[in-house]
Amino acid sequence: MSEGKIKKVSIVCSKGSLEGVYPALIMANGARMEGIEASIFFTFFGLYAILKKYQDEIKIATVGNPAMRVPDAKGMALPTWMGAIPGMSAFATNMMMKEMEALDIPPIGEFIEMIHDAGGKIYACKATVDMFHLTLDDFCPQMEKVLTVGEFYDLSAGAEIIFT
Amino acid sequence: MPTRDIAGTTVDVNEEGYFTNPEQWTEAMAAVLAQEEEIGELTDGHWKILNFLRQDYKEKGTMPTIRRVKNAGGIPTKDLYDLFPGGPLKKSSKIAGLPKPASCI
Repeated sequence: MSEGKIKKVSIVCSKGSLEGVYPALIMANGARMEGIEASIFFTFFGLYAILKKYQDEIKIATVGNPAMRVPDAKGMALPTWMGAIPGMSAFATNMMMKEMEALDIPPIGEFIEMIHDAGGKIYACKATVDMFHLTLDDFCPQMEKVLTVGEFYDLSAGAEIIFT
Repeated sequence: MPTRDIAGTTVDVNEEGYFTNPEQWTEAMAAVLAQEEEIGELTDGHWKILNFLRQDYKEKGTMPTIRRVKNAGGIPTKDLYDLFPGGPLKKSSKIAGLPKPASCI
């Protein structure tokens, strides 16, 4: 049993929607809870999760999401065109955040802080940082380092790489 | 239901060694369990966490999350991980004689 145990995970978070970011955070935090070494490499729009000005403004993608239901997860299917109504994304996000709060799932900023305090490492993708014209000041203080993809692979030696 | 002997008393546990009846736990058992979990000598810092877990479980009837330990218990997440390395909530819950935490957070 102990021979087959996962010891290290490297999670790539590439999406900047709420449903894109949370799975990465929950998996990283859950790894640390089990004593598994964990790092998250934020790339492309996923990078917004560690930009201090924007990390708590991340929303559910209601456009192009045929699984959306209202008013809750077992409600009526939301016609996809309605996902584009102004405010729909904010509304759906608000509803889901309430559900998450009830389960003690923290907002993104607090969650990143918890993962960092738990010993998880937070990295940003260099190509995206350059492409978005970002500086270190744009990031939350938990961001450890901007990495090239090569450095990411180096740091991930021996880890399971998970792409979200 | 399995049982086991800790510090001279027989207690009810589940297959993984978590208490199924937290009432059976005593402080003397915590020291034995801490050795088994490779935590070593229990300090005041450890006890602050164990006491919060026990009190919160008693009040709520469910195991607190790490976030709750931080926000309601006032215990920084870093301290929890430093004091109970290698699976902090599971290890501290086991030592505190509580059921296995079932949350993902």
